[in-house]
Amino acid sequence: MSLRSPLGKVRGLGSAKEGVIHWWAQRMTAVALIPLLIWFVASIAAMAGADYGAFREWIATPVVSVLLVLMTIAVFHHAQLGLQVVLEDYVHTEWLKIAAIALVKFAAIGLAIASIFSIVKIALG
Amino acid sequence: MASQNRPLSPHLQVYKPQLTSVMSIMHRATGIALAVGTLLLVFWLIAAATGERTFGDIQAFNASLIGKLLLFGWSFALFYHLCNGIRHLFWDAGKGFGLEAAYRNGRLVVVASIALTVLSWVWGYASMGAL
Ligand code: HEM
Repeated sequence: MSLRSPLGKVRGLGSAKEGVIHWWAQRMTAVALIPLLIWFVASIAAMAGADYGAFREWIATPVVSVLLVLMTIAVFHHAQLGLQVVLEDYVHTEWLKIAAIALVKFAAIGLAIASIFSIVKIALG
Repeated sequence: MASQNRPLSPHLQVYKPQLTSVMSIMHRATGIALAVGTLLLVFWLIAAATGERTFGDIQAFNASLIGKLLLFGWSFALFYHLCNGIRHLFWDAGKGFGLEAAYRNGRLVVVASIALTVLSWVWGYASMGAL
């Protein structure tokens, strides 16, 4: 028997009221990624064939550095949330599922920090 | 508690592939591919921060045949997932759900993602002066 009210159930609110956080964050990062990724691909297309100096100069432009950091955070947060759902769907051995999800989360944090560090390093010359 | 005779998910072995079902699994496949492909973006940024030699190596890889194929695949996966992601967001808002609408906006997503992929590569080669 469940002690939760029907309304509480449909709202997806657990005792910690965090039922929809994962779903919502997946959507919010998706919305943020639409302009960020269009901007990124367009910029790279416009700079195709540019040399090392030109790329660094571009990355070091303050607006570009900030947008790249935002994009990095949104991409890895979104990817990590998405891969978690995929693993939850397909991995049915409990310890393996938890280990795989933990690995994805650690990797996402590590890769995001490596990217942000690189951007900041270039930006600060 | 769980009742025994509940309907199961479609048995994929006997389920006729349709535009809508294929597009659905493609969203997942492109999401996974993008996550893996993002490694290339990270390497690229680290290389740019490391030095001209390392950056040259990764640019050379990107310019190789295999590099170009990977980038092409990544760009298509990106545009497909982006366009279909927008379709998902409309669904989340409760719009575009009907059978006909789902096929119509599905076809639109396929056409748009192919067009955007081609456009960005034409743009890229044009800015290299190769066209
Ligand atoms: C490099 C960028 C991206 C990566 C690595 C990525 C990765 C993923 C992954 C792994 C999933 C889980 C797939 C699943 O559960 O079947 C997912 C889901 C999703 N993605 Fe992305 N994605 C990216 C960009 C985008 C963009 C630009 C949008 C724009 C709208 C978007 C919208 C969505 C949506 C709405 C879902 C949820 C789909 C569902 O409920 O099944 N994604 N993404």
